[in-house]
Amino acid sequence: MASEEMEQLVRREYKQGFVTDIESDTVPPGLDESTIAFISQKKEEPQWMLEWRLEAYHQWLKMTPPSWAHLEYPPIDYQAISYFSAPKKPEDRPQSLDEVDPKLLETYEKLGIPLHERAALAGVAVDAVFDSVSVTTTFKEKLHEAGVIFCSISEAIREYPELVRQYLGTVVPQADNYFAALNSAVFTDGSFVYVPEGVKCPMELSTYFRINAANTGQFERTLIICDKQAQVSYLEGCTAPMRDENQLHAAVVELVALEDAYIKYSTVQNWYPGDEEGKGGIYNFVTKRGDCRGDRSRISWTQVETGSAITWKYPSCMLRGKESIGEFYSVAVTNGRQQADTGTKMIHIGENTRSTIVAKGIAAGRSDQAYRGLVKIGPRAKGARNYTQCDSLLIGDQCGAHTFPYQEIGNSTATVEHEATTSKIADDQLFYCRARGIDEEDAVSMIVNGFCKDVFQELPMEFAVEAEALLNVTLEGSVG
Amino acid sequence: MLEVKDLHVTVEDKAILKGLNLTINAGEVHAIMGPNGAGKSTLSAVIAGKDGYEVTQGTILFEGQDVLEMEIEERARAGLLLGFQYPVEIPGVKNIYLLKAALNAQRAARGEGEIPAPEFMKLVREKSAEMKMDPSFLQRAVNEGFSGGEKKRNEILQMLVLQPKLAMLDEIDSGLDIDAMKVVADGVNSLRDANRAILLVTHYQRLLNHIEPDHVHVLVDGRIVKSGDKDLALELEARGYDWVLEGSAA
Ligand SMILES: Nc1ncnc2c1ncn2[C@@H]1O[C@H](COP(=O)(O)OP(=O)(O)O)[C@@H](O)[C@H]1O
Ligand SMILES: [Mg+2]
Repeated sequence: MASEEMEQLVRREYKQGFVTDIESDTVPPGLDESTIAFISQKKEEPQWMLEWRLEAYHQWLKMTPPSWAHLEYPPIDYQAISYFSAPKKPEDRPQSLDEVDPKLLETYEKLGIPLHERAALAGVAVDAVFDSVSVTTTFKEKLHEAGVIFCSISEAIREYPELVRQYLGTVVPQADNYFAALNSAVFTDGSFVYVPEGVKCPMELSTYFRINAANTGQFERTLIICDKQAQVSYLEGCTAPMRDENQLHAAVVELVALEDAYIKYSTVQNWYPGDEEGKGGIYNFVTKRGDCRGDRSRISWTQVETGSAITWKYPSCMLRGKESIGEFYSVAVTNGRQQADTGTKMIHIGENTRSTIVAKGIAAGRSDQAYRGLVKIGPRAKGARNYTQCDSLLIGDQCGAHTFPYQEIGNSTATVEHEATTSKIADDQLFYCRARGIDEEDAVSMIVNGFCKDVFQELPMEFAVEAEALLNVTLEGSVG
Repeated sequence: MLEVKDLHVTVEDKAILKGLNLTINAGEVHAIMGPNGAGKSTLSAVIAGKDGYEVTQGTILFEGQDVLEMEIEERARAGLLLGFQYPVEIPGVKNIYLLKAALNAQRAARGEGEIPAPEFMKLVREKSAEMKMDPSFLQRAVNEGFSGGEKKRNEILQMLVLQPKLAMLDEIDSGLDIDAMKVVADGVNSLRDANRAILLVTHYQRLLNHIEPDHVHVLVDGRIVKSGDKDLALELEARGYDWVLEGSAA
């Protein structure tokens, strides 16, 4: 925590130094306190929020980017990024689907994205003629009846400040890591969910989000709280390839599960991976963490990672409550020049906590990926159990897969199991399928989908179907 | 239907087939017998298009088409189907899914549309029953955790569903007990008709008691050294391969 002196300093600087032009919709590239004040004012945030951001900023200034990941990329110039820009004006966007890259449209077609969503995803300036408005309204009413709060984080900061203040940063502290600190200082968008005690959220929080996904920000901040005995299934992202002019994405997601609560968080990430040489692709540095704060609470992460030039992501669970459960199911696919360093952390703190990790990595082309997982059993975690299974599948011989499992066992009554396999897509499996008349690409996707089965079956139904289609599109042209 | 002429095949520079000739007509069942390592599996694998074999000389024609110019899947779609000696496991891929994908791929090649789901279900249920396979096998991953006999029955099930013009069955009898052998043989026999041919690869005679071949060939050291009718198999059983070798050397 920052000292009082620092807070004073911050406030003083705020009074003196900031020249904010509220009329303007964009700040010039660069990051200093005035940028942060500008964002905060634009969002009509309370004073405490601004201070919180500035605190994060000051911590960030003292930090250095992590260098331990198995990734290679040129240094990022944080002063070259513009930290706030209003959504593009309609006249600056494509006016119809005819103006959109036909390749993108072809992909939507292959993925079976409904027609009315394609325009929104491609960034076309559509009037809200398609269903989204009415769909959104219906959803909002249903959620309201159940007492579920689901809104943007900015709205939550204005409308439910006490809830946000109580939980924000309690799972991922401001200075948790370099990217989380940056996010804490400058986040502009993201979602907020609160499910009250005993309520099972009446729908998967998905479609609404998907329609809005085209506008997701570069520094998203998501906070989901499930009160006692509450349940929610949240779907993030979208299988459609999303283009974004911002190369750097640094999101933070915090989940809080109180007693007997269950949060299921599913992600399909398909950011633009760049061209064949990896140029122009998104750098995705995400901090996702769930806190099983209450006894018997459960948090489950399921992710399908196919996009981005670089992925740096470790959805984790802090298993504090007795008998709480953490789960991580992941499929990471890399092709072309993509790099991914992903995995999870399961931190067992409470007694009889359990965790399951199933990670499937598929590398094709000249891509490179690493699984990095930490299972930590604290001294009080009597009877804790972990099961880890991580399998890698290589397609071709120019790609790489690496596994870095870390274990820190601080209690002798714990059981930790780890299984790992690496296989090349077996020639005899391919031959077997082809000798039945199935063409090579279909055979590859069939085998790969089979390989991912354990994870896909954790996805909500509609997502699972999309994920399979996505995998096929991602691996297109990876053989032969 | 199938015409193999002067086929020479090497694996890693080692000559395996050394001038093999074989002609199979529609309606016929041929059995290829021979000692271990003679090149029997190599022959069926080369016809099916498996990688790693180099054809250094000779031709293979199937219904007049040059098989060696065709992709693996094209051969299968043309009606050339290989039943494997050691069917591979494909985790996570349902047996029924593979069957359907294969059938639809073959139908597409014939310019037919996808098979309607109810019709497909009816077909596979019927054929599984013929192979005495519990329908639950259809929902399991391809060959995963199947016993040796179950794998073989599954191979024949695929044949019954896909209805190839030429079915090549490599050691389909290995590892089968008598009851399973009977089921497999019945399955193969049900494929027999005037428009279809079957190539059985085996080194035991006992399978031929259940599937009666029209022609028997003895393959030794990469060449067919003797051909005859079903009685040749019985004679081989009684006298061994050395007898053939002596005969051909003379
Ligand atoms: N992929 C391979 N690599 C190396 N040698 C092989 C390969 N396949 C077959 N062979 C060799 O070719 C010969 C014939 O094998 P095969 O066709 O399997 O005989 P059969 O089926 O008659 O027992 C054997 O000596 C075997 O070791
Ligand atoms: Mg053999």
